[in-house]
Amino acid sequence: MAAINRDDVAHLAQLAHIEMSDAELDKMAGELAVIVDSVKSVSEAAGADVPATSHPIPLANVMRDDVVGHVLTAEQALSGAPDTEDGRFKVPAILEED
Amino acid sequence: MSGDTILGFDEAMAKYDPVLGFEVHVELNTATKMFSSAPNVFGDEPNTNVNEVDLGLPGVLPVVNRKAVESSILIGLALNCKIAEHCTFARKQYFYPDTPKNFQTSQYEDPIAYDGYLDVELEDGTVFRVEIERAHMEEDAGKLTHMGGAAGRIQGADFSLVDYNRAGVPLVEIVTKPIEGAGSRAPELAKAYVAAVREIVKNLGVSEARMERGNVRCDANVSLRPYGREKFGLRSETKNVNSLRAIEHAVRFEIQRHAAILDAGESVVQETRHWHEDTKSTTSGRPKSDADDYRYFPEPDLVPIVSTPEWVEELRARLPEPPAERRKRLQADWGYTDLEFRDVVNAGVMGEIEETVAAGATPAVARKWWMGEIARRAKLADVDPAALGVTPAVVVELDRLIASGAINDKLAREVLDGVLAGEGGPAEVVDARGLAVVSDDGALQAAIDTALAAQPDVAEKIRGGKLQAIGAIVGGVMKVTKGQADPGRVRELILKTLGVEG
Amino acid sequence: MTDELIRSSAADLAAKLAARDVTAVEVVQAHLDRIAEVDGGERGINAFLHVNTDEALAVAAEVDARRAAGEALHELAGVPIAVKDLIVTIGQPTTAGSKILEGWMSPYDATVVKKLRAARMPILGKTNLDEFAMGSSTEHSAYGPTRNPWDLDRIPGGSGGGSAAAVAAFEAPLALGTDTGGSIRQPGAVTGTVGVKPTYGAVSRYGAIAMASSLDQIGPVSRTVLDSALLQEVIGGHDPFDSTSLTDPSTGLAAAARVGNVAGLRIGIIKELHGEGYQAGVENRFNESLDLLRAAGATIVEVSCPNFGYALGAYYLIMPSEASSNLAKFDGVRFGLRKMPDDGPVTIERVMAATRAAGFGAEVKRRIILGTYALSAGYYDAYYGSAQKVRTLIQRDFAAAFGQVDVLISPTAPTTAFKLGEKLNDPLAMYLNDVATIPANLAGVPGLTLPGGLADEDGLPVGIQLLAPAREDARLYRVGAVLESLLEDRWGGPLLDKAPSLVEPVGFRQAQSPLVEPVETLATKEAN
Repeated sequence: MAAINRDDVAHLAQLAHIEMSDAELDKMAGELAVIVDSVKSVSEAAGADVPATSHPIPLANVMRDDVVGHVLTAEQALSGAPDTEDGRFKVPAILEED
Repeated sequence: MSGDTILGFDEAMAKYDPVLGFEVHVELNTATKMFSSAPNVFGDEPNTNVNEVDLGLPGVLPVVNRKAVESSILIGLALNCKIAEHCTFARKQYFYPDTPKNFQTSQYEDPIAYDGYLDVELEDGTVFRVEIERAHMEEDAGKLTHMGGAAGRIQGADFSLVDYNRAGVPLVEIVTKPIEGAGSRAPELAKAYVAAVREIVKNLGVSEARMERGNVRCDANVSLRPYGREKFGLRSETKNVNSLRAIEHAVRFEIQRHAAILDAGESVVQETRHWHEDTKSTTSGRPKSDADDYRYFPEPDLVPIVSTPEWVEELRARLPEPPAERRKRLQADWGYTDLEFRDVVNAGVMGEIEETVAAGATPAVARKWWMGEIARRAKLADVDPAALGVTPAVVVELDRLIASGAINDKLAREVLDGVLAGEGGPAEVVDARGLAVVSDDGALQAAIDTALAAQPDVAEKIRGGKLQAIGAIVGGVMKVTKGQADPGRVRELILKTLGVEG
Repeated sequence: MTDELIRSSAADLAAKLAARDVTAVEVVQAHLDRIAEVDGGERGINAFLHVNTDEALAVAAEVDARRAAGEALHELAGVPIAVKDLIVTIGQPTTAGSKILEGWMSPYDATVVKKLRAARMPILGKTNLDEFAMGSSTEHSAYGPTRNPWDLDRIPGGSGGGSAAAVAAFEAPLALGTDTGGSIRQPGAVTGTVGVKPTYGAVSRYGAIAMASSLDQIGPVSRTVLDSALLQEVIGGHDPFDSTSLTDPSTGLAAAARVGNVAGLRIGIIKELHGEGYQAGVENRFNESLDLLRAAGATIVEVSCPNFGYALGAYYLIMPSEASSNLAKFDGVRFGLRKMPDDGPVTIERVMAATRAAGFGAEVKRRIILGTYALSAGYYDAYYGSAQKVRTLIQRDFAAAFGQVDVLISPTAPTTAFKLGEKLNDPLAMYLNDVATIPANLAGVPGLTLPGGLADEDGLPVGIQLLAPAREDARLYRVGAVLESLLEDRWGGPLLDKAPSLVEPVGFRQAQSPLVEPVETLATKEAN
C-alpha cells in the first residue's frame, strides 16, 4: 500500500469537506502515515476464503409496517438550524458567482 | 448558456451510431418514507412531513419500510428481473444540502433486482428489447429552491431554501444496460422505454407515476461512436428530464450536440447535463467534486433483506397482466383497428382511455376525446395529454351532456375551456356560461319561419322531396341562434313545418 | 446523612426510597449538592457539561408524590442518574463534547432516555466525554478534560470519563455510557468503578450520536455490579427504532448478580491479553482476582485468541470509516454551528468546509480523514474489506474460546490512569489503551469491568474485565458480583472508600502526595 502524503490528505480533506491549512495538512500527513503503517497488517490477516462480517450479531429482514408515525412540527424541525426563511432551511449559494 | 453548436439530426445519424442508457427513478406511493414513519405526501407545507430521521438529526437510525421492499420486488418481477435472495443497503457519500445525512442510503453491490429486460413497442409496432441491469432501492432527497437568481435556476442564485418533505421518500432506480442498435430511432425508443416503465409501475399500483410531479424521473445517457466501432464513446448524462416528450427531445438534442463536437475533432466531456424545457436544450451541470469517489460501504445501521422463494412467489401472484397482453385485450374489448390502437398507444393515452371507458364512456367516445380535442390542446400546450388536467369523469360528463342534447360538439369545446380554466365541472360551466342549446321549440320555430321566409326557393325544393337542401335552412337557424341549437331538433322542426316526412 | 446518601449504591437507595426512609427529592438534592461541591472550579472534576437541576428535582418530587399516594413505582424510581452527553435528551443541551453542537437542543429523546423517564429516574445532567466519544482520556472534549477523582492530575479514561468520574466522585450513583472500543470499560477501570458494554443490540442505540454504528453500544456505569444489572434491565430490550436491536428481553440480570457463586464455572484467561505491555501492578491485581475465583470453586484455564493481535488494526479501520460517514451530517445546514469562510466566495461547499474545520477538534478530524481514506476508491478492499474479515476471525476466536469456557477474563486496560497531557500528542499510544476492550466490540460480545484493586506502583485503580458469549450478559453479572464480593471482603469495603474525599481543604491535598496514602493502605491490607 502506498504511503500517505500531503497531497493525499488534501484530497481526503476535500472529500470530507474539512478546510485545512498547510500546517494542518503536513501534521495530519505525518500522523496518518504512522497510523496507516500500524494497521496495514490487517490486509494480510485474512485469506480470500474468509467472509466479511458487517454486523456482529447477524439479523435479517428487520422491517416496519407502512404505517404513519410521529412527525415534527416545522417549528421543531427548524429549531436547531443556523438560518431559516419561510419555513425552510436557508443555505448559501450552491454555485460560485461567475 | 446554451451556445452549443449542433449538427442536423439526419447528418448526425449518418455519421454516428448512438448508444443509450437510462436511469429511471420511480417514487413509490407508500404511506410512509423508506426509512422513517413520517408521511410520504406530495405538496404539503415545507418541513411538515418530517421527523428526526428525515432531517438526519444526530442519533437517528433508519428502519426499512416493508411495503417499499415489496413494491421494489414487484417492479423487479415486472421487469423480468431476478430477485436477490440476499441483499444489503449501502451508503453513497456526497455532500449536498438536499441530502440530510450527506450520504444517500441506497444499494450498491447487491441490488434487490437484477438481470431483466423490457420489450418496448415503437410507434410502427416494432418491438425493441431493452436489457435491465438492475433495479435498486434508495431514498429521495429534499427539495432545493434557488432564490435571488433568474427563474429559480441554480446559476446566479444568491441562496437556496431547503424543504425536506421529500427527503426519504422511497425510490426504485431502474438502470438499463447500454442500449445499442437503436440507430435513428434512439429518441423514439427513449420516449417509448420511459413510457413503458411508467405504465408498468402505474399498473402495479406502486407509484402515482405522475411525471409532472417527479414520480417518474429519467436520467438519459447518450454517447456516439463511429459506425462499426465496438468501443463506446464518452457519454453525457442528462438529468431532470421529466416528461415523455422531453426525453425524446433531450436524447435528440444530445445526439446532435455530441455529433457537432465529434465533427469538430474534439472530445465529449463526460458530465452531467441539465435539460431545459424552455430552450429545448441542455446545459452543463454542476461539477460534482465528490462524483469520482462515493466511498460506498455497507450501511451498518440496517440488516440484510432476505427474500425467500415463498415471499417472492406471493408477490408474483399479485402481478397484474403484462403490458403486451393487456394491450391485446384492450384492443379486442374496444374494437379499435390496429392503426387506431397504435395511434392511441403512441399518444400515450391508452391508460386514460381505459379509465374513461371504466367511468362509463363508450370506447369510441373515449377515443374521440383523447385522440381529438384533448390531444389537439395538449399539442398546443406542449404537454403530454395526461398532464393537461382533463379527467375521465370530465370526458364522461361532456359526452352525457351531448347525448342528452343539452350541448353540441361545438359547445362542448367551450365547456372544456371552462373546465380547464377551473370554473368547475362541465355541468357547472354550462350553467355558469349559459351554454345550453336552445331547445325552446317556440324560439326555434320563430327562427325557422324567418329562415324559410328568407329562402322560399329552398323551402320549395324541400317540399319537392330534395331533402339535402335542408342544410341551408338549418345553417340559417344555427346562425341566428349563435350555434346554441340542436341541429337534429332544428331539422325535425323544419320538416314538420313544411309537412314533409323525414 | 448527605454523605450516606451519595455513597449508597443505587440498590440501597431504591430500598431506602421504597421504605420511605428518605425522599427522592432528598436523594437528588444530595447529589446536586455534591456536584456543586466537587465538579466546578479550577481543579473540579468537570464530569458534568450540564446540570439538570430543575427537571431532576421536579421528577423526584413527582416520584415522592406518587409514592405517597400509594402508586406502584419502578424499583429505581427516584434514583438519580447522569447521562453521557452523546445521548440526546429533550430539555437539555446535547453537545457530544464538540463545539459543532454547542447548545444544540434535541427535539427528541433517545430510546434509553425514554426508558429512564418511564422508570421515573431523575436525570442529574449530561456528562463530559471525548468529542464524539473519540478518545481514551476525555481530554478531547471541547469543554475541557474531566479529572480522575483518584488523582486530579490524571485522566479518568475515555471516552466516557465524565460518567465514570461522576460515579467515582459520588456525584451520581448511576450513569449511562457508550462503548465503541472500550469507552465504558476503560474509564471504569481507571476510576475504580463498574461499567458494562452489553451484547451488541441488547440496548437500543436510537438517540446515541453514532461514532461507529456496528460497534457502538450504550451501557450502564455504576459503583456496584448489581447496580449495573438493575440499570441494564431498565434500558435494555427490543426497540423498533433500531434495526440492529435484539428481541431478547432484558431480564434476569439482577437475579444473576444475586446468584452468589461461581462454583463449577470455567473461566478462561486470554493468553494474548495480559503479560507483555501490561503494567506490573495491573498484572498483580489480575492474578489476585484469578486466585480468588479459583478459591471460590471456579476452574481457571488459559485459552488462546490468536487473531486478537489484529483487533486494534481492524478497529482503527472500521471505526474511522463508519465515523467519517456518520459525522458527515454535521455541516451547518440543519443544526449546530455554521461558520462562514474567512475570505473568498461564500458557497455552501466552502461554508460546510469552514464549519467542519472550526467545529471539529483534531482527533475527530484525524479519524474522519483516516476513515475517508480507508473507504476511498482503490483502498476499500485492502482496508475496510480486510478489517471486516478480521472481524470474522475474531468472532471465530471467541467462538472457539467459549467452546472451552463460560466466561473470559483479562485486565480491562494495560495501565492505570496516566497523567493529563501525557499521551495527548501521540495518537497511537492513546489507541493502545483499548487493546483489551476492542475485541468485544468487534465481535459484539458483552464485557464488564469491575475494580480489581490498586496497582502497587502508583496506588491507582486496576480494572478486571469479564467477557461472555453474545446474549449471555447475565454470566457477566453473576461472575462479576461474586468477584466483587470476594475483593471487597479482602479490602474491608468498597475500593472507592480508599479514594480521596475531594472536599478536604485544597491546601491539605496539595501539601501531600496523593499517591502515598492509598498505596500504603493497600499494602497494609494486603499484608494482612
